[in-house]
Amino acid sequence: MSTINVKVAAIEAVTPLIKHFTLVHEDGSELPSFSGGSHIVVTMDAEGRTYRNPYSLMGSPTDTQAYHISVRRQESSRGGSLFMHEHVHVGMRLKITHPVNLFSLSKLAHKHILIAGGIGITPFMSQIEDLKRVGADYELHYAFRAYEQAAFVNELEEMCEGHLHCYADSQGERIDLNALLSQQPLGSHVYVCGPSPMVVAVLETARNLGWPENNIHNEEFSSPPVGEPFKVQLAKSDIEIQVPAEMSMLEAIEAAGVKADSLCRGGVCGRCELTVLETDGGIEHHDHYLSDSEKVSCRSIMPCVSRTKGKRLVLDL
Amino acid sequence: MQLNFNDESFRDDYSYKNSPGAIKRFPFPFAEDHYMYSVNIEPHTKGAQGSVYEFTFDVDEHYVSECLDKIITLEQDPGRYSALPHMMDAQWDFLELAMTSMANDYPEYFTLTKNGNVWTWENRPLDIMDTFTFGDASTLPSEPFEYMGRQMQGDFVLLDQRDGTLYSDAGIVTSQADWSLAFNTGMSWQEWHGPVPKVTELGVLDRALKYLLNLQVGNPVRRLNWTMTVNPRLDTSPENYPLWAIDRNKVNNETVGELVNLRVELQSLFRLPRSNAIVFGVRCYLMSLKDITTYPRWAKRLHRVQKDLHPDLIEYKGMTSYHRYVIDWLAQFDDGEVLEYGSHPE
Ligand code: HEM
Ligand code: FES
Repeated sequence: MSTINVKVAAIEAVTPLIKHFTLVHEDGSELPSFSGGSHIVVTMDAEGRTYRNPYSLMGSPTDTQAYHISVRRQESSRGGSLFMHEHVHVGMRLKITHPVNLFSLSKLAHKHILIAGGIGITPFMSQIEDLKRVGADYELHYAFRAYEQAAFVNELEEMCEGHLHCYADSQGERIDLNALLSQQPLGSHVYVCGPSPMVVAVLETARNLGWPENNIHNEEFSSPPVGEPFKVQLAKSDIEIQVPAEMSMLEAIEAAGVKADSLCRGGVCGRCELTVLETDGGIEHHDHYLSDSEKVSCRSIMPCVSRTKGKRLVLDL
Repeated sequence: MQLNFNDESFRDDYSYKNSPGAIKRFPFPFAEDHYMYSVNIEPHTKGAQGSVYEFTFDVDEHYVSECLDKIITLEQDPGRYSALPHMMDAQWDFLELAMTSMANDYPEYFTLTKNGNVWTWENRPLDIMDTFTFGDASTLPSEPFEYMGRQMQGDFVLLDQRDGTLYSDAGIVTSQADWSLAFNTGMSWQEWHGPVPKVTELGVLDRALKYLLNLQVGNPVRRLNWTMTVNPRLDTSPENYPLWAIDRNKVNNETVGELVNLRVELQSLFRLPRSNAIVFGVRCYLMSLKDITTYPRWAKRLHRVQKDLHPDLIEYKGMTSYHRYVIDWLAQFDDGEVLEYGSHPE
C-alpha cells in the first residue's frame, strides 16, 4: 500500500467542534489529483497506538497543491478525531493513503440530489466542484443542528448559488424526504452522507418510492488497509513473527526474510494461500478467494489480506 | 538507451521481425507446463532493466511501425476509435498519464513541457510537436484520448465504474485478438466477457472484478493473456475477419514455424485520478514459433502447454484448424527434461 507523507500547513477552527486541516506534500511537490467524493486514510502515531481514520477530501479536485479535510471532535470515542483535535499541530507530519473514491458521482445521472447532515457535508464540497465544472444539474440539501454550529454555510452559498437548501433543526426545519424524492425527474441519482439515522431514512424513502438501487448512493470508506498487531508462528522456518498494525502478514513474513509466494497481493489470485496448522479460531478472512466453507473451516489463510484477532496462529511455512 | 526502430509491416508482405534482443525480452507467458485461466493479476511495479516491465508503457523496436499500422487501420475504419461524451475527464487523465510516464521513462524520445495549463508535447520518433491547453480539447488535432492513443503501441479502453461494475465507454482498438470495439462500447464487464469459456465455473471473472473495483490511483496492476495468430498481423479484428482468417489454411508441417505466432498481450490497468475511471491497456507482442525455439526452455514448455490445452480454449482462441501442426512441430524440441517453475528464457 503506497502512502504519501504530508505536512499540516494550516488548522482552522470552523466551529467549536469542527477543525479544518490543510495538508501539503512533505517535500512541497504536487499531490495527486482526485475525483469529487474521494477520501484519504490518515495514519496517526499516538504513543503506542496507531489510529487510522478516513476523511473526505473537501477541496477542489483540481487543486493539487493541498488537500483539505475537516474533523469533528467525537467526545464519546477516544480515537483519532480527538487526536486530530488535541495533538495535531501546524508543521506536524502525517501519513495518508492515495485518494480512494467509493462515493463517486454517476456520470450518466440527469440530476444529482445531494443530502448532507452535519459534518457529512465534506464529500459534497469536492463533488460540487466537479458538478459545476461539467455543468450538471444538482440540488444540495444540508441539514444541521443550528446555524452557529454549521460548517461552511457561507462558502457553500457562494459555491452553489441557488442550488443550496439549508435546514436548521433549532428552527424546526426538516428535510421532507418523501416530498423531495417523489418529485425528481427520471434518471436522477440521490447521494447521502450524515448521521446513520439520516442515511437509513434516505435509503428507505428512496427504495419505497421505487428508486432503482443503482441510483441511490451513500458514502462508504475503504476499510482500514490493515488492523491490530498480532503474532504468527511459522512452523517450518521455526520462527515467530510480529505483524505490525500497518503491515500485512505477507509483508511481515517477507520482511523477516522468509520466502512466500504471492501475485495479486489483494486476496483474489490464490497464489499466497498458506495452510493453517493451529489457530484458536480468530481468523479474519478478508480475501475473495476462499469459499465460505473454506473460510469457516480455518484450514487456509491468504496472508496478503487476512489477519487474526486470536492469540495463536501457526502456519505451515 | 537508444533503439533502432524497425522499418516493417504488419500486413500484406508481413516484413515484421524480431531482433535477438527483442526475442530475449519477449514476455513468454507460461511459467508451468499446464495452462488454465486464473486471476493472474499482479502489481504493475517496475521490472528488471531492459524487460518489458521496466517502464509504465513499454516502447520497443516496433514502436514507429506499429504506430503507422495503427494510422492505416484507423483510416480504413474510423470506428476503431470511440468515446462516449461522459468520458472526457478520463480522456484527459489518460493523456496526462501517458505523456508524463513516457517523457519520464524515455527522455531521449519524448518531452513534455508544462507552463501552467499550456503544455507542449514533443514526440521525436514520430516527428510530432504540439502545444495545447490542458482541458481544452479544441486546442488538440483530435480528442485527447485518440491523440495520445495514436502515439502508443497497443490498444486502450477507458472504463467507467458505476452500478458496481465497469463499463467500456471509450476505446482505441486496432490490434485486438478478434473482438470488436464497436460491439463492446457501452457494455459491462459481465457482458463483454460473455463469450469466454470456463471462466464462470472457475469464478475467475467475479474475483477479478472485485479486485479491479478496488483498484487505486498510484497502484496499477498487470496480467498476461495469450493466443496465436497466423502471420504477424496486429489487426485481427472481427470487422476484417475475411482478410486474415483464411491464412489459417496456409499452416502445414512446413510453414507452421514461420507462419504461426504466439501473441502475448501485456494488459495493464490503472485507476485514473480525476475521473475515477480505469484505463485498460492491451499491448501485443508477436513472436513466431521459430523465434521462440531460440530458447530451448521456451520451446519445451510451449509444447507441453499446447499438448494438454483444454479443447474449449483451443476453440475459443480460434486455433482449432492448425493446432495439431503446432503440437507436432514443437514436439521435436521437447526431450522431456523437467523444467523449473518460471517463464525466463534460459
Ligand atoms: C477491465 C478491463 C478488461 C477488459 C476491457 C476486458 C475485455 C475483454 C475482451 C473484449 C475479451 C474478449 C471477449 C470476446 O471474445 O469477445 C476478453 C477476454 C478475456 N478476459 Fe478480459 N478484459 C478486462 C480485464 C480482464 C481481467 C482483469 C481478467 C482477469 C482474469 C480478464 C480475463 C479474460 C479472459 C480469461 C479472457 C479470454 C481470453 C482468451 O482466451 O484469449 N479480463 N476480455
Ligand atoms: S497474493 Fe493473491 S490472494 Fe494473496
